Amino acid sequence: MKILVCISQVPDTTTKIAFTDGNTKFAEAGVQWIVNPYDEWYALVRALEIQEKGGSTVTLLNVGPAANDAVIRKALAIGGDDAVRIDADPKESYFVAAQIAAYAKSESFDLVLFGKETINYNGAEVPGMVAELLDAPFISQASKLEVEGSGIVCERPTEAGVEVVSSSTPVVVSAQKGMSEARIPNMRGIMAARTKPLKVVAAVAVDTLTEVTSFSLPDAKSAVKLISPDNMDELVRLLHEEAKVI
Amino acid sequence: MSVLIFTEAVNGKIKKSSLEAVTYGSKVAAALGTQAVALNLNPGGADLSELGKYGASKVIVGKNASLASFDSQVYTAAIAEVAASVGATVVVTVNDSLGKAVAPRLSARLKAGLVAGATTLPNTAIGFNVTKNVFSGKAKAHYNIVSAVKVISLMPNAVQPEANGSAASVEEVNLNIGVSAKTVIKEVKRASTDKIALPEAELVVSAGRGMKGPENWGIVEDLANVVGAATACSRPVADIGWRPHHEHVGQTGVAIRPNLYIAIGISGAIQHLAGVNQSKTIVVINKDPEAPFFKAADYGVVGDAFEIVPRLTEAFKKYKAGH
Ligand SMILES: Cc1cc2nc3c(=O)[nH]c(=O)nc-3n(C[C@H](O)[C@H](O)[C@H](O)COP(=O)(O)OP(=O)(O)OC[C@H]3O[C@@H](n4cnc5c(N)ncnc54)[C@H](O)[C@@H]3O)c2cc1C
Repeated sequence: MKILVCISQVPDTTTKIAFTDGNTKFAEAGVQWIVNPYDEWYALVRALEIQEKGGSTVTLLNVGPAANDAVIRKALAIGGDDAVRIDADPKESYFVAAQIAAYAKSESFDLVLFGKETINYNGAEVPGMVAELLDAPFISQASKLEVEGSGIVCERPTEAGVEVVSSSTPVVVSAQKGMSEARIPNMRGIMAARTKPLKVVAAVAVDTLTEVTSFSLPDAKSAVKLISPDNMDELVRLLHEEAKVI
Repeated sequence: MSVLIFTEAVNGKIKKSSLEAVTYGSKVAAALGTQAVALNLNPGGADLSELGKYGASKVIVGKNASLASFDSQVYTAAIAEVAASVGATVVVTVNDSLGKAVAPRLSARLKAGLVAGATTLPNTAIGFNVTKNVFSGKAKAHYNIVSAVKVISLMPNAVQPEANGSAASVEEVNLNIGVSAKTVIKEVKRASTDKIALPEAELVVSAGRGMKGPENWGIVEDLANVVGAATACSRPVADIGWRPHHEHVGQTGVAIRPNLYIAIGISGAIQHLAGVNQSKTIVVINKDPEAPFFKAADYGVVGDAFEIVPRLTEAFKKYKAGH
């Protein structure tokens, strides 16, 4: 299988979220960047597990500026044969999806893997858009992926239960918890990552369909109301009469 | 011109999230001075005329043999076909497992800007501006959709269904679709029916490493049963195998926004909060008064969970008996 794993660069999970320029830009100063956990822990590791059974190649792809190369190398330290960076500001989902689709089409991948969403924009938008642009089937939010013959079989948790879904290739899959276990890069991987090929590709021209006009922080919580451990009736009364949730 | 709302029915009943979407879509239609049209592709006996009460002026049932089973490509083609036939300028879906598979495809197909997980009605005074949560609930982003056609995937539980209208006419329309499914659903492993699915639960009881071991979960489950809540847990608890993975909530697990979240023996790490801080009311039970979770809580009880949880269960029992 020729596998493409799309990775996104996101702020570390402990980052304090703040904005600049009149709340129109995320405050990047001092931020530690990591590979989006869903992309790394599930999509990339599952691709590597498939590769370890033999006969597959794994290419990593990121849409972003040159500053993203460090995070791409972090992902390469976990594994993958090579990486591609499409040189553009990943300004919105459709723009990013169109870049990935253009590249994926030119290289005819069998399997295009994503994490289920990024932890910064939480949109889960790009994978489905790529599938549509490639006219390919899409298995969204899969928790399991096995190669079977020339196709794949996935499990996909839904509100009604876990669907077992098969698909022909080429196919697009977004991955969530359950698909694999996170791996920690070892010294050999980190050394090898330095010399793995990282190709830079020019972006294609695409219309943008959305723009962020501003950000805001959630309304501040009022202080916690402490209830005596000896008076659980009072807590239940408050949940009923004050919070009105029961 | 119209606003098209995609709806779903299960077991002969329209989903609550679809009623929310129709309520939402009819308000968008009113703001744009147009009509709301509801669409269903697999009604399974549900009475769709009901959707009129929630603001739909018409209901379309799309007919094609390939719609009996879900495939994102086929469903997208079907919705796009109906959107074109009713001249939809806005398409509304629910941001659930089906919506997440279909809305992005629809966006790319129609070249229509998408906001997935929208929590507000569009502000049309400043363009077409819709809000959604970003940074795992630690911030909100306000998006302008600048394309002519727009797709909104509505966050479940963000608006409440409002039934003010009267029944709508239901029209069956044969669809061409023109693509065939490349995926096949071979089986659906149903969750045990007596359990409430976590992402949809309105009441959740959750516990963490403070419970010391899996053998102590009895008091957590007793509380959940009495409250009628789903159970959840922190990540380390799922990682060490005390609880099943699907109960793991947080930034890298399930993100939930129930009406009530009761957290027992969970410290309130930033990654945990990211998945639960949209809950309407948070109760924290922790023996450490300095536990960070208290800062995010509405109600707090400082003390030993092993003593407090059974007492709380008793208090709920008393309350239930009287209501
Ligand atoms: C990239 C990344 C992603 C992560 N994603 C998630 C995620 O999605 N979800 C998640 O939950 N975590 C996540 N984590 C882990 C997170 O940082 C915390 O380690 C975790 O949430 C802690 O779990 P806990 O609160 O159960 O355990 P602890 O932090 O050990 O807290 C146990 C708590 O129990 C209390 N306690 C102990 N005994 C009692 C008692 N008898 N009665 C009452 N209280 C008691 C203690 O005071 C303490 O506050 C992530 C971490 C990283 C680095």
